[in-house]
Amino acid sequence: MRRQGPLIITFITGAVIILQYFIPHRPFSDLQQLFNSWFLVIAVFALILGIGNLSKIHIGRVVRRREHWPYSIVLIVGFVIMFSAGVIWGIQRGTPFYYIFWNIHIPMGSTMFALLAFFVASASYRAFRARTPEATVLLVSAIIVMLSRVPLGNFIWKDLPLVGDWIMAYPNMAGQRAIWMGIALGVVSTSLRIILGIERTYLSGR
Amino acid sequence: MSIVERFETIDRRIIFFLIFLAVIVPLLFPIGLKIEVSEPVRMFYNTIEELEAGSFVLISAEYDPSTMPEVYPMNEALVKHCFAKDLKIVSIGLWPQGVSLNQTAMEQAAGQYGKEYGADFINLGYKAGGIVVISAMGEDIPTTFPQDYALRPIEQYGIMEGIENFDNIDLIVSLSAGDPGVREWVMIAQGRYRKDVIGGVTAVSAPAFYPFLDAGQLKGLIGGMKGAAEYETLLGQIGTASAGMDAQSVAHGMIIFFIIFANFFYFLGKRRKR
Repeated sequence: MRRQGPLIITFITGAVIILQYFIPHRPFSDLQQLFNSWFLVIAVFALILGIGNLSKIHIGRVVRRREHWPYSIVLIVGFVIMFSAGVIWGIQRGTPFYYIFWNIHIPMGSTMFALLAFFVASASYRAFRARTPEATVLLVSAIIVMLSRVPLGNFIWKDLPLVGDWIMAYPNMAGQRAIWMGIALGVVSTSLRIILGIERTYLSGR
Repeated sequence: MSIVERFETIDRRIIFFLIFLAVIVPLLFPIGLKIEVSEPVRMFYNTIEELEAGSFVLISAEYDPSTMPEVYPMNEALVKHCFAKDLKIVSIGLWPQGVSLNQTAMEQAAGQYGKEYGADFINLGYKAGGIVVISAMGEDIPTTFPQDYALRPIEQYGIMEGIENFDNIDLIVSLSAGDPGVREWVMIAQGRYRKDVIGGVTAVSAPAFYPFLDAGQLKGLIGGMKGAAEYETLLGQIGTASAGMDAQSVAHGMIIFFIIFANFFYFLGKRRKR
């Protein structure tokens, strides 16, 4: 029963969620709302579980003086300060949370993202080579799209954005559609396997 | 070491320095390159233009400080556009940090357009659960978000009178830098509840949304800082995105130069080896 119980719950929940999509009337619509409420509660617990797990790992690192443990202190202190500030004073304008968010968190986040420009430039110089015909097509397309996405492209040749749009609207869209279809079919088959109890790795990894 | 080998193994700090110059010089001395408006951005703009005054727009902020340079200019321009047209804004965040960013954009624009919190716009805050939050909102918004972002009951705000579910929302805008984001809004709000959805996304993720645009599931799309600059152009406002366009243009040009330069020496080296 330890294994059958979760399998039965999964089957009923999955079947109801699928049925309510095609029959959006009572009792399925009520059940969907009920399951939605349950999921939102569970999602919050998952968040708490994640925070607990993160804290456990990093406190353990500090206690055992593992490699890079000072970074874990930064994480723990940062978490405690932000959490306390948010809980005690709220997150509105004028609160300590707001001040820290706008004056520390945002500049640091933007800095990390801005560093990408340097790494992309370095990587494009070192790794982006026309070694094969496929790589050459990719390289030429990348150059056209990159130029067409900024005003410089229009400045060089006024029709370049049209070429970029064509690449986005045809070859790109065909590829993206194929990827989405593949993902959708994969999701459907995996979901059916889970609902029907064929795929059971989520229970205990066996 | 030959000159070819020397260029192939160039010190990366030189590349970093050149990129730094490519970004900083146009920011200090703007070139003023002309910004052409692309069709997806024009569709985004027109969808909002077609709304009547007093219509309700749901803005969902799914981004964080790391993607703020790309998405926040869209957020600012969007809020100004909505306020200029007297549209009511109901906002939420499926990413926790998006809530504060969107709130600041709304507060700044509210002062400029004389709008009042609770009467013209409201922020319902963050809710964990991603796609299920969207599904729950489709059935019942006040039950899904009983309080605003500052934990105040939403019944006290006039803007929430009559708002029950997606039937009372005229347009949904997702400003997204990942999942959950535009894709989830299209899947549930458009696919299931037939609501009009438009999106603002990072440049790197924009190509993935073209199929939705082509199928009519998305009524408009802003991609990256360039898209935001185009939107600002349509609004006739010079914002942070337009100001950053020269720097982005030169940086793109520099990266393309690096690619061509490196490939030139790659082929030269290959020929010499033969």
